[in-house]
Amino acid sequence: MAKKKNNKVNYYIFAVFAAFIAGSYFLNFNLGEKIGANFMIFARDMVSILPPAFILIGLFDVWVSRESIENNFGHTSGFKKYIYAILLAATTVGGTFVAFPVANTLYHKGANYSSIFTYVTAASLVMIPMSIMEASILGIKFTAIRIGVSLPLVIISSILLGNFFNKINYKIPKAE
Amino acid sequence: MYTLYYIAGIAVLISFFADRQKTVQGLKIGWKKFSKILGTYLKLLIILSFILLISDQFIINYLGGQAPFVGLIMGLIIGSITMMPGFIAYPLAGILVSRGVNYMVVAAFITTLMLVGVATYPVEKEYFGIKATVWRNIAGFIISAIIAVATGILYGEVLI
Repeated sequence: MAKKKNNKVNYYIFAVFAAFIAGSYFLNFNLGEKIGANFMIFARDMVSILPPAFILIGLFDVWVSRESIENNFGHTSGFKKYIYAILLAATTVGGTFVAFPVANTLYHKGANYSSIFTYVTAASLVMIPMSIMEASILGIKFTAIRIGVSLPLVIISSILLGNFFNKINYKIPKAE
Repeated sequence: MYTLYYIAGIAVLISFFADRQKTVQGLKIGWKKFSKILGTYLKLLIILSFILLISDQFIINYLGGQAPFVGLIMGLIIGSITMMPGFIAYPLAGILVSRGVNYMVVAAFITTLMLVGVATYPVEKEYFGIKATVWRNIAGFIISAIIAVATGILYGEVLI
């Protein structure tokens, strides 16, 4: 119930924000116009990514069986779950905004903490289009160091965090 | 830009031919998840549009012309609190490098930008819970610091 209310509050906040931006354009209020332009940068991203991403998440939810997630991302999967998590992350379009709900779905289908942590962290680190852009601007050496140094650290830290959360019996909230 | 729509469209079609009922159920689940989080995403967008007011000039001023160690700390902090899309962040990083800012500092800024999301906290906590979100971000911060120092060493900027 509290969640629903919260969502409503967010819509009110957004309505006030939208009115502020519209007013700023109307009155040529410079700072407001700038904030509006910034908003559009992110909003365009969200519009082009979120709705289809959630369609895919919904289909994923009904089609992919619990066993296959458990076998590939769960306790019964050995080290290969980290490889899968990183491959899935590299091909996730939309970065963390998409990776968060996907990770949540994976978890509730039987994926380990360590594999979803690896997945989410890697999703912001090794996105293929972003890395190509980075290499072209900062040089391939920079990107190679960044990815090469980070992946082992990501896996190690995910295992540590995973063990810690298993120990304290932590449960991730279910986003329906 | 709308590639994901095509992919989703094709997926829905295939799924629909395979099993109508399952497809409808899947779309319902997707919609339910989407409508539940939409408000939080909108709030996040508002936060981000204010954060992006921190201008390029501000970041260039703060990261440039610092002692390497100070620059490293600054890069880690500015990268953690800000959030910007890649097409803004990377050209900015390019400017920093061309102004002679250390690769170590640029790495600190770029990696925390990706790994530590103070601004994305409202969304992340919905999906991971507060505790996991906080710990994951702390881990991200530490990893970023290690990456930055490693970059510094490999570029010969930090001597060991």
